[in-house]
Amino acid sequence: MHELSAAALAERLVNGETTSVEVTQASLDRIDAVDGAVHAFLHVDAEGALAAAADVDARRAAGENLPTLAGIPVAVKDVLTTIGQPTTCGSRMLEGWVPPYDATVVARLRAAGLPILGKTNMDEFAMGSSTEHSAYGATRNPWDTTRIPGGSGGGSAAAVAAFETPLAVGTDTGGSIRQPGAMTGTVGVKPTYGGVSRYGLVAMASSLDQAGPVTRTVLDAALLHEVIAGHDPRDSTSLKAAVPPVVEAARTGDVSGLRIGIVTELGGEGFQPEVRARFDEAVELLTGAGAEVVEVSCPSFVHGVAAYYLVMPSEVSSNLAKFDAMRYGLRVAPDGVEAPSAEQVMAASRDAGFGDEVKRRIVLGTYALSSGYYDAYYGSAQKVRTLIARDFAAAFEQVDVLVSPTAPTTAWPLGEKLDDPLAMYLADVATIPANLAGVPGLSLPVGLADGLPAGFQVLAPALADDRLYTVGAALERLLEQRWGGPFSQHAPDLTEVAR
Amino acid sequence: MPSPLSREDVAHLANLARIDLSEAELERLGAELPQILDHVAAVQEAAAADVEAMSHPQPISNVFREDVVTPGLTPDEALSGAPESEEQRFSVPRILGEE
Repeated sequence: MHELSAAALAERLVNGETTSVEVTQASLDRIDAVDGAVHAFLHVDAEGALAAAADVDARRAAGENLPTLAGIPVAVKDVLTTIGQPTTCGSRMLEGWVPPYDATVVARLRAAGLPILGKTNMDEFAMGSSTEHSAYGATRNPWDTTRIPGGSGGGSAAAVAAFETPLAVGTDTGGSIRQPGAMTGTVGVKPTYGGVSRYGLVAMASSLDQAGPVTRTVLDAALLHEVIAGHDPRDSTSLKAAVPPVVEAARTGDVSGLRIGIVTELGGEGFQPEVRARFDEAVELLTGAGAEVVEVSCPSFVHGVAAYYLVMPSEVSSNLAKFDAMRYGLRVAPDGVEAPSAEQVMAASRDAGFGDEVKRRIVLGTYALSSGYYDAYYGSAQKVRTLIARDFAAAFEQVDVLVSPTAPTTAWPLGEKLDDPLAMYLADVATIPANLAGVPGLSLPVGLADGLPAGFQVLAPALADDRLYTVGAALERLLEQRWGGPFSQHAPDLTEVAR
Repeated sequence: MPSPLSREDVAHLANLARIDLSEAELERLGAELPQILDHVAAVQEAAAADVEAMSHPQPISNVFREDVVTPGLTPDEALSGAPESEEQRFSVPRILGEE
């Protein structure tokens, strides 16, 4: 049961072959069996999930017409606020904090009848590419538990890859949905900026953050996308536009005549040869299915990482100022100070509550925004952002979608890049441009490279998210024909590792 | 190799950011930040002076809504995460100096 897709489970629920309580219990049992080896979850709410499941079952039994995914369990990245469940953002700063309100994404999951299994692990405040920066310990990659699952949303990706849940929600600021997707062989989508409400998403970089689906199939991602997307008056950057027809695109998956551009700058030097080989094979499959494939140059993308590591820390230094030890979160008194001032308590609490990577980015952002350096750093980065958006605009004049490997390499061993922040940052080279320009992106698994999952990225113009699903569904179908079944059938048996 | 920031430089930034960093942290960041800055400084050559700055993916400004009263958090809910509270208020350490 736990290996079925959400779409398959939904069909069984409608046909009365199973109940939401059974499906939810199967996920909870699987979490019990394997999460000791994976550590995808920071909090599991068995009671709440089963109660929501029982409610859906009762409504279905009463003949109520329910949303497609009603009764299918979901896991939520611990950066989205949840009434009744802790929201820590992977930080000591928010240890034990239970928010008094739901994120809009969470409210929509509840309204659509999805039982929420719990909260998934992440790099502290979503800062990292390996989930090793969680204050509560690293998540492990289900394909090889000595390796990282990617980040920052390694918990959501690993939970889905380990069959602990069919569905999860992640957030993506520079690749935190797509890069873990590539590392764990799962499907991850960053919708168009503004497509999904950020209300209740604890902000890292407000002009880049976007929540999206993490699943094992392209259709499941589209179904979840449809549940969480749409205008929200509580988020002033939420777009007043119709949700693109993502489910229809995922069901059809017809790429004949579609113009696909391979990004010249993303896939050459620094990319693992086997990752590139899986990418090239996937492109051949799309060509065989009738897509027109050309190469497209986006010359400013090479400056994406540099621009991102100025824009993002600048916004971080401002956004994380709210953790001031006054209204919620950790408050510690400085050592050896009698009757400390609010400011001294603030500084001591922020030192105790934040981890190394968060401090590094706050200080970096403070520097980039400080008088005398603002124009040279933050100002120049904003100009590069314009150039990257122009590259996208020019490319989408020629082609319907752009494609690249999602990440330069497969999952690396735990600890390998922890002492080299710059090397860690470069893991996001292919995913960052989409965040800077606000366009949507999808990653799906295209096979094993040197024994580990490799990801394929599709990028589309803003509000053309449906094209991601068209290409993703077509490629998934062609690959499954080649493999004789879904990619996830190759995943190792974790119950042995957990024992 | 880029020159490290001085201990005083990093301490100044940490003070602006209100983080009471330890000596060891000041030293480590003083060595790490120049390496990162050396990499990101590439943006200075990448963009010509006449390129306009982009702060946000959407060309939006001043999003207004009707001024309608809607239910909010109760005082108990708003204070539920407070380190300390008193009489429906956040209780904080002294905010004025000694002098």
